Amino acid sequence: MALASDVPKDSFRLSMLIYDTRYRSITIQVFVLLLVGLFLAWLLQNTAANLAARGKEFNFGFLWQRAGYDIGQQLIPYTNDSTHFRALLVGLLNTLAVAVLGCILATVLGVLVGVLRLSNNWLVSRLMTIYVEALRNVPLLLWILLTYVILSEATPQPRDFRITDEMAAAGEAPAASMILFDTVAVTNRGTNVPAPMFTRGLGMLDLGPLSINLTTLAFLIVLGGSIWAYRSLKASADATQEESGVRPTTWWQSLLIMVLPVSLLSAALGLHWEIPELKGFNFAGGILVAHSFTALLVALALYTSAFIAEIVRAGIQAISRGQSEAAFALGLRPGRTMNLVILPQALRVIIPPLISQYLNLTKNTSLGIAVSYLDLRGTLGGITLNQTGRELECMLLMMAIYLTISLIISAVMNFYNASVQLKAR
Amino acid sequence: MKKSAFLGALAATTVIAGAAMAGTLDDVKARGELICGSNTGLTGFGTPDANGNWTGFDVDLCRALAAAIFGDPTKVKFIPTTGETRFTALQSGEVDVLIRNSTWTFSRDTELALDFVAVNYYDGQGFMVKKDLGVSSAKELDGATVCIQTGTTTELNLADFFKQNNISYQPVTVADDSEAQRQFLAGACDAYTTDASGLAASRATMPDGDQYIILPEIISKEPLGPVVRHGDNNWGDVVRWTFNALLIAEEKGVTKANVAEVAASSQDEEVKRLLGVSGDMGAKIGLPNEAFKNAIAAVGNYGEVFASNIGEGTAINLARGLNALWTQGGLQYAAPFR
Ligand SMILES: N[C@@H](CCC(=O)N[C@@H](CS)C(=O)NCC(=O)O)C(=O)O
Repeated sequence: MALASDVPKDSFRLSMLIYDTRYRSITIQVFVLLLVGLFLAWLLQNTAANLAARGKEFNFGFLWQRAGYDIGQQLIPYTNDSTHFRALLVGLLNTLAVAVLGCILATVLGVLVGVLRLSNNWLVSRLMTIYVEALRNVPLLLWILLTYVILSEATPQPRDFRITDEMAAAGEAPAASMILFDTVAVTNRGTNVPAPMFTRGLGMLDLGPLSINLTTLAFLIVLGGSIWAYRSLKASADATQEESGVRPTTWWQSLLIMVLPVSLLSAALGLHWEIPELKGFNFAGGILVAHSFTALLVALALYTSAFIAEIVRAGIQAISRGQSEAAFALGLRPGRTMNLVILPQALRVIIPPLISQYLNLTKNTSLGIAVSYLDLRGTLGGITLNQTGRELECMLLMMAIYLTISLIISAVMNFYNASVQLKAR
Repeated sequence: MKKSAFLGALAATTVIAGAAMAGTLDDVKARGELICGSNTGLTGFGTPDANGNWTGFDVDLCRALAAAIFGDPTKVKFIPTTGETRFTALQSGEVDVLIRNSTWTFSRDTELALDFVAVNYYDGQGFMVKKDLGVSSAKELDGATVCIQTGTTTELNLADFFKQNNISYQPVTVADDSEAQRQFLAGACDAYTTDASGLAASRATMPDGDQYIILPEIISKEPLGPVVRHGDNNWGDVVRWTFNALLIAEEKGVTKANVAEVAASSQDEEVKRLLGVSGDMGAKIGLPNEAFKNAIAAVGNYGEVFASNIGEGTAINLARGLNALWTQGGLQYAAPFR
């Protein structure tokens, strides 16, 4: 009996590249690869030729020139004497600020709505259905504009807060007043909130193009330490519970760990609050949170939360009823059943689509252009591009930065996803 | 409009080199239509009316060009551009010429590889505020919120002005004049700054325009004029000399109404060359010989264009000022037609 391996091996012939199924697929792939390569080479060559014809060279040197323009919202120090690179960083941080806060807000809201939508209470579940359907079926841009218009049209002008001498004499109150014990002023331009100030701040650490605020750094380190201590406290409580079946009382220790170090640091650095005050045309002092930021953040968070709610609902429904029935049979209350049994399992289903929602939200921050929010698109891809005329460089750089941010988010979330997967024991 | 900046940026680098560079005049002739980069809408300078007909000071120069090339001022298509998109639109070949309140600066002339072939309006940057703000000088604007159009020279001048005077401001960056007006009227900014002519034009369309004043300071030089791509000198000549023709017409008293009669009777040698009665000036730059006569017949001379669109008595109500002819103490001075 002839075995398959006994088939005599043909010597290789060129025609086999096409007619032999073993080789054909490789031939096709090589061919397509070549075509793609040629196309890319043509694009590059064409770009280079056209740039040369316009007398423009491809050069990122402009990033180190003086920017010359001002930016409304800056999370790091910036003046019009700073470089275009610095402006890029300011824009990038503005993008990240909206993206990070937006993701957090959207997740919290989304999980809440998703869980409530499954509620047995008819009214609550219907309300949540309306929430989801209304938000996700209207274009995001409209939500951003709507939020912005509401914020800027329904709020008083700064001068409505002014008390003139005659008004004081007549005992009249101004047309508008500050809220939250006179610490926060909402005008048609933005929200003025108190700013933390330090009498004994730690100053700045200058690292060339980057400078780091040491006070912020100190707070981050202390906060990180507190969280670490809190987690090890929890771990030891878990261990005790495993051993003895009794969970030690830890709430006052956790509270102490979280609150005390930060308070001590604040006291040491001389923390006090600078309250915004009407001076001249605007409120001075404190921090101005422009409505463009608030509108973008709120609209992005609400819109994305509707999608996350659906993802969460699908994730929960993917867990078989037997799981919750078993948990009830063990005597767990509904809240604990959700937290300890259902959600941990649902996370496996939830996280992969959640990643793409985070990516969407991050990229959607570039819609901030509609409300003049100066994010990366507004600085590097807007004013810098325009004032320097470096379209190609700016666009490529901007695409590379968005790509990097997205890849980082994916990587982090995939890592998290791997850690919540069911582990075969 | 936003998207066209992106597309334009890509297009700017991928069109075949030759097509957009040389022979714009030939392209225009072959197309049978001039494409003119215009404002998105600035009353008096360039704005479509209710029927979609474009009118304005800058628009008339486009019409004069179309008349010079085709003998027909309607053979022109207007593409609205914002401060941000305009130069990309020009570089990518989306428009043949940009006539849109654009300031001639060093970097636009060199780095952006553009050519400013004339100055049709000598301007400067000013500030507009609400009357009851109680401000009479731009130097009193410390701490104010200022609306500013992005992608403009005015954005940079503003930063310089406040820095030099050691005062601070909060910028609100807007894309075009209509958005600036909306923010300004809603009180989202205390002051609106752009070219003084633009301010006057903007104010003319505001519902209660007399509530607003333009502050006396002019903080910059803004020579505004038509722009073409660098490297196509013949096309640059066509635009430059069409504009010059309108100036010389004013100098010589040739108007829209009398141009035919002057052409038939004038004894002035320069006028005869201008109107194509003698010499072959038009033919030398690839135009019909009566090109400039057609341009004047279509829109009138420079003074008429000014008076009918933005001059005293119109809603914009601008004085000739720097834009008077050199013979009347202004700066408008055309090289001789010889
Ligand atoms: N001259 C300045 C500013 C040009 C500019 O944007 N002008 C405004 C007002 S004068 C304008 O034309 N706006 C009308 C629009 O946005 O369509 C420049 O060239 O950068």
